[in-house]
Formats: sequence, structure tokens, C-alpha cells
Amino acid sequence: MIETRGLRKSFESRKRRQTTTVEAVRGVDLAVAEGEIFGFLGPNGAGKTTTLRMLATLLPPDGGEATVFGADLRTDPAGVRRRIGYVAQSGGTTDDVTAREELVIQARMYGFGKSEAQERAGTAIGAFGLSEFADRPCKTYSGGQRRRLDIALGVIHNPRALFLDEPTVGLDPQSRNSVWTEVNRLRGEGMTVFVTTHYLEEADSLCDRISIIDHGEIVAEGTPDDLKREIAGDVVIVGLGDTAAKEGRAAAAQKALADQPYLRKIELPQDNALRLYVETGATAIPLVLRTLEGAGIEPEMVQLQRPSLDDVFLTKTGRTIAQS
Amino acid sequence: MKLLRDTWLVYQRQMLLVLRSPGWIAIGLIQPVVYLLLFAPMLKAALGTATYSAAYRIYVPGLLAALAIFAGLFAGFNLLGELRTGVIERFRVTPVSRVALLLGRALRETTIMVVQGAVITVMALPFGLTANFGGLLLAYLLLAMMAMAATAISYGVTMSIKTDAALAPVMNTVSQPLALLSGVLLPVALAPHWLRSIADWNPFYWAVTGMRDLFAGDVGAGAVWGGIGLTAAVMVAAVAWTSRLFARRVS
Repeated sequence: MIETRGLRKSFESRKRRQTTTVEAVRGVDLAVAEGEIFGFLGPNGAGKTTTLRMLATLLPPDGGEATVFGADLRTDPAGVRRRIGYVAQSGGTTDDVTAREELVIQARMYGFGKSEAQERAGTAIGAFGLSEFADRPCKTYSGGQRRRLDIALGVIHNPRALFLDEPTVGLDPQSRNSVWTEVNRLRGEGMTVFVTTHYLEEADSLCDRISIIDHGEIVAEGTPDDLKREIAGDVVIVGLGDTAAKEGRAAAAQKALADQPYLRKIELPQDNALRLYVETGATAIPLVLRTLEGAGIEPEMVQLQRPSLDDVFLTKTGRTIAQS
Repeated sequence: MKLLRDTWLVYQRQMLLVLRSPGWIAIGLIQPVVYLLLFAPMLKAALGTATYSAAYRIYVPGLLAALAIFAGLFAGFNLLGELRTGVIERFRVTPVSRVALLLGRALRETTIMVVQGAVITVMALPFGLTANFGGLLLAYLLLAMMAMAATAISYGVTMSIKTDAALAPVMNTVSQPLALLSGVLLPVALAPHWLRSIADWNPFYWAVTGMRDLFAGDVGAGAVWGGIGLTAAVMVAAVAWTSRLFARRVS
């Protein structure tokens, strides 16, 4: 179990004698259950990595509390370190050494003796499918191979929980899949996995529960299905063409539709397409078209969708994750 | 003891990396060897010593000290590189001793400098350098302590400055006067009184003077033990300071 209450962190930056304080994380409450894959979502700069680094004992919090499987972050950081593994977004392997050497030294750093460390390295090489390249230097690895090694390094000591910071960023689809295969396998072995991502589709299909963080605050929390159900109904997408914003058509359409009773919410995430949140898409579409026609606007396309996590994010923050 | 075990572990790993690319040791030797070949031969006449051997006994210790001061003070760049790759962060999440992460690295730098110092000494032998073995060992101890102290100072400054780009100018500003005031090129004894009184406050000046006495075979000279004591004190203080910074500040 990982629990945080009111976790806070701010950074000060000085520019020309002027100090500005950036509140990166402002009071985050999280509850991660044992054995689940917990997704921590948010745009770049939302405070995901800062929260993760605090939980991994790399950054002292300014305030708040956290316990990781019974170890208190403030009073027992060493206890937290023994219980967790952490894989940074950039990884952290050395070009000139081999995967086997990295795994052995990692195990030694966790206090294991030489032979035990070698044994653990051998087991990890088998489990993570590294044998093909385990004795070649890391600089020869592909992005996906390196990432698998990073994760193997993070769990060499069989931690209770594994923290992964954006594990699939910059990987090709196949490597992304293989990362998630490993994550699922670890969960199957009883490990709790805490993963940050800004790929909402991935989070939707792979996480048991998610929290969405924006500007350092949690804005939504629950299972992906619960969160989507909160939005309920359908999403009608009205495409207005590439020049809609320039010609003022997007704003005009938004204005014309704004007061319609069948509309729960309207968002204009991109310049050229409206997202309308409605009860039933099939009955709303004719009404939408009539309203637009009345305003003299002809849509380029109309599309009906089930709400996705993108819509959850959009309704909670007013932006799409790609925009922020 | 955990600190010793962890330091040894980090040191072994660091030395493994050094042995993987030994070319850097040779590259670090280029400058001192150039001075040894192209500058040192002038010193017999310039210093007015009776023999080449005497001139080299004055010059080679200075060259070793210069190596420790310059290579040591610029060691922060290596730390900076490793901080950027995320390797240090990866180890900081493990229960390994934070101080060991720093000490193992500083010991690597020290080892490289002592090896380079030994190569320089051997290369000076054909030019007529003579030295007694016991004195030489103590001189290397001084060299190692200077190297460790300079490396620790460099690590500390690296972690203290706000922008990485400032590291080179800061270190240039510190290392040049520090080296000259230690008398690495010419003995400070040749300097006017005011310059000598400034040098008196520089622990590395005592270390260099002590090394020269050791090369001359004068193991009992006051500067030898004064140099060892002062350098040890500076080293301990620098390591303590930088360890605290490292444990607290590295992120």
C-alpha cells in the first residue's frame, strides 16, 4: 500500500534577483492498493515526476506525509528504499558495461553478496528476455532493449512496489507492448506498479486505477471505466474545417450551440473541431445540425464517439493532454 | 562496515570503467609530458643547479602537484556527466551509502592521478632524476592526498553552483593562482617576500615543498610533515563538506 496525504513540493528559481516560487505539487492525496497497476496521468509539468521522485526518496517533500508499505517517507527513507524499485524516465545505464554487469552491481548496491548478486542477475536476464544481448555493452542496445534492462534493474531486489516514470516514452509500438507485458507479468507476481504516463489510451487499457494530476493537484481519481462513466452519454465531434478558427466559424458555432438544452458540455480543444457531450448521440446529431444550419454554419464532418480518458481529461481541465 | 564495503563497491565499478577506456589516462598525461620534455630541460641553467638531477628533483614534484591541482579541480566535470546520465540517481534509490557514491568516485580520480604521477616519475628517470624509494612513497602519499582534496573541492563546487556553464570559469580562476602559489613551476623560495608570505597560507605550497624535500631524500624536513598534516586536514575538511552537500543536494 502506498498512501500520501497533502504531499507538497515547490521549487524556487532566481532570475535577475527576482525569486519566483513554482508550486510543482500542491497537496497530493493518493491511495494505491497492493497488487494493482496504478496510473498517474497528467501533462508534462503537471507534477507527476516530482511526486514520483518524492516517493522514491530522491526529493524531500516540503510538506505532507507518505507511507510505502508501512515505511514512513520522512522518518524511514531507508525503509522506503528497500521496499521500492524506481526507474527514471531517462533510465540510467552506462554505455561501456553489459546488462549482466549492470544487474550484478545493482544487486550488490542492494546489499547482496557476490554469488547471490550473480544469481539474481542470471534470473533477471531469463525473466526479462535479455539473454540475447546480456553480455554486450549497453551502448549497442535498442531503445526497447534498454528499457527492459531498466525495469529489470528496478526490480532486482524483488521490491513490493515498482515506480516507473513514463516507461514507454519514445518507444516504438512493439517495444511499448513489451514494456506493458513485463509490467503485467510483475503485477501477476504480486508487485504493485505505480506508473506515470501521458498516453491516455495506454492508461485506459492497462491500469487498474488512475489519478489525473494537473498543475500539481489531483483533479480526478478512480478506475478508467468509472471516470468515463462520470461523463456518461456520447461525444459528438463536429469538424469545422482547417480554417474555422481564422474565419471565426469555430467561435460562432460554439456560441450558437452553447445554450442548447440537449448539450451537457461543449469543448473546443482544437481550433477546428468541437466536442459536444450529450446524453444520446443518435438523437442529438440532427438537432446539432439544425442549430448550426440556423447559424449559417456548415460542418465539414460529424462523428459519434464513446467517451475516452481524453474526454475525462478535457472535462476536468478544459484542455486536451496534447495541448498542455 | 557498510561505508567501507559500499565505497569499495563503487570504487571497483569505477575502476572497471576506467580500464574499459584506458585511453583517458594517456590523454591526461599529454600536458605533463609536454612540460617534462619541452620545459624541464631549461631548468638546470635557469635555476643554476649543479646537475640535471637536482633540477628534476625540484621540477618533477611541482609537475605532480600541478597534475593533482588541475586534474583534481576539474574532476567535477566527470561528476556532472554522470549526474546527467542518471546513473547516480539510479544508485541513490538503492540503500547504498550516499557518501560511498562520492568517495568511490573521488578515489578513482585519485588512483588515476597517482598512476599518472608514477608514469611521469619513470619518464623523468632518463633525464637524470634520482630519488630514494621511501621518500618517493611518501611523496606519492602527498600526491594522493592533494588529488583527493582537489577532487572533493571540485565535486563540492560542482554541486554548489547554479549553472553548469559556470564550472569551467570558476575552476580556472581558482586553479591557476592556487597552482602558482604552490610553486609548481618554480620554487616559491625564488619569490619576493610578499609573495612568499601569501604562499605560506596555501596548504598546497607546503605539500609541494614537502614533496621536493622527499625527492631530495630529506624525509625529516619540517615541510614534509607539515605538508602531510596540512594536506590531510584540507582533504578531510573537503571530503566532509562535499559529502554533506552530496547527501543533501544532489537531485
